[in-house]
Amino acid sequence: MATQHSRSAARLMMAPAVFLLLVWMLVPLSMTLWFSFRKYLPLRGGDLGWAGFDNYVRFVTSSAFWPSVMTTLLIVGGVLVVTVVLGVLLAILLDQPMWGQGVVRILVIAPFFVMPTVSALVWKNMFMDPVNGLFAHLWKFFGAEPISWLSEASMQSLIMIVSWQWLPFATLILLTAIQSLDSEQLEAAEMDGAPPLARFFHIILPHLSRAITVVILIQTIFLLSIFAEIFVTTQGSFGTKTLTYLIFQRVLESQNVGLGSAGGVYAIILANIVALFLMRIVGKNLDA
Amino acid sequence: MGRIQLKQVKKSFGDVTVIPPLDLTIEDGEFTVFVGPSGCGKSTLLRLIAGLEDTTDGVIEIDGKDATALPPAKRSLAMVFQSYALYPHMSVRKNIAFPMKMAGMDKAEQERRIASAAKALNLTDYLDRRPGQLSGGQRQRVAIGRAIVREPAAFLFDEPLSNLDAALRVGMRMEISELHKKLDTTMIYVTHDQVEAMTMADKIVVLQAGVIEQVGSPLELYRSPRNKFVAGFIGSPKMNFIEGPEAAKHDAQTIGIRPEHIEVSTSEGLWQGKVGVAEHLGSDTFIHVHGVPGCDPMTVRVGGEIPVHHGDTVFLNPNLDHLHRFDAEGLRIQ
Repeated sequence: MATQHSRSAARLMMAPAVFLLLVWMLVPLSMTLWFSFRKYLPLRGGDLGWAGFDNYVRFVTSSAFWPSVMTTLLIVGGVLVVTVVLGVLLAILLDQPMWGQGVVRILVIAPFFVMPTVSALVWKNMFMDPVNGLFAHLWKFFGAEPISWLSEASMQSLIMIVSWQWLPFATLILLTAIQSLDSEQLEAAEMDGAPPLARFFHIILPHLSRAITVVILIQTIFLLSIFAEIFVTTQGSFGTKTLTYLIFQRVLESQNVGLGSAGGVYAIILANIVALFLMRIVGKNLDA
Repeated sequence: MGRIQLKQVKKSFGDVTVIPPLDLTIEDGEFTVFVGPSGCGKSTLLRLIAGLEDTTDGVIEIDGKDATALPPAKRSLAMVFQSYALYPHMSVRKNIAFPMKMAGMDKAEQERRIASAAKALNLTDYLDRRPGQLSGGQRQRVAIGRAIVREPAAFLFDEPLSNLDAALRVGMRMEISELHKKLDTTMIYVTHDQVEAMTMADKIVVLQAGVIEQVGSPLELYRSPRNKFVAGFIGSPKMNFIEGPEAAKHDAQTIGIRPEHIEVSTSEGLWQGKVGVAEHLGSDTFIHVHGVPGCDPMTVRVGGEIPVHHGDTVFLNPNLDHLHRFDAEGLRIQ
């Protein structure tokens, strides 16, 4: 389609964008790598020279490292399970013809537009507050002892908050996928004697597999780096310290940029391991 | 076994009545074709029989048992859809096995039936492929295979050939007819193509706006159409209708004569006209003749070639034995 001339022109015109993206990626990456080998304590003398692999060794041998990796994976996994399962069910529900469909769909999508900081604060203060929260009132109404959610069931609470934010995204993508299902296929399955549950598992779910894969991959990218929700709720206490949050504490609370940067490199490695596993498990669904 | 009887069956969507009360009997082993223009309710009628739509009123009996309220799976009918509706994530083998798997049939019997269906439909080499890797005709055969393994009381076909190209359509038409001879099972076939109806059917049901215009064998419909609609719909090219004084000579509001029942002469004849477009098919020539009073243009079929050109004057001699007369309501006068 393209001639030699138009192809070189296209390359020339793409160059600024490619250059900008490269710089945007390479500069922070190389600075992180650079700092991870330096002893750099901003409030205690600044850059104090080479540290070799000290930062890497210290970060990985710290007692907080492995729990933080586990917490990260638990939150990512928990939110993925909740959003995919509820997303599929909600998508099927929203696909049914009903009165006020347009309004309901907008309402379902709404949580996605709320900023993470805001939604986490709303959950913390409005729902999960052990004295004034709606859940506390609900519990008291039924004569039960209110739960102080964020300290007693901190991980569950966090997964609930993050899932609430990401459910609309999953629902939206799965809804569009369900709408592209040929209704004759469902009718054929009905004629073939498949009851509703069998139709779901044999026809609808396989049809959704590609959309589910997309949801899992995209959400994993964003969930590996969740931060705001933890920052405004538990501050990393009660076993909710993710790898991202640990790095933040090393850099800002301990004022140790070198150690934090080494953590950053570990985070890159963790993300790649997760990506590798995901592509092994669900990646084949993306092949046409 | 597959005698299907519709008694006063009616279907409305809200205030719109698609099928006014209708009676129809389809005998066991019969190949019945529902034919009519788009939107005449033929597909809806088929879906009512299949159970994919609920009847508003009336009774559907299959083999003498009331099946009106039965779910589709319990009616022992199999359907072939226009889009084939194959399951894209399953191999051909699994597609064909699906209804048997749902019925809980044992594995050995499943394998046996798959093998025999695949052999009958020339699918043996494709059993492990996905539907996406097959051609249109092969997909069509998989859909038929999925239907026959259930050994249903009747097959329902919903415009199954409309997605195929012309050459393949002729081939599949024969294969389905052949299959019917072999299985001897009731088949109901929906189409808007009167050629398919004429070539395949034991019995044709002509529908218009949800009303049955005529039921009969292909030749019955061709020879003695009950009214103008059936006369115009069955036969290709269409029957010529002549109105006005020419029709009055025969004591009718309208007279109809098929293109194949008119002779063309360059010297003398009953009607005179000018040649318009001539379609040369080799075996036949269809000539559109303009200027015949009461019918413009009149289509005439001539066997083989004929040396006429655009603008030539020709004379037409209708074969009066094959003249159809219709009254003011469009009904045929015997």
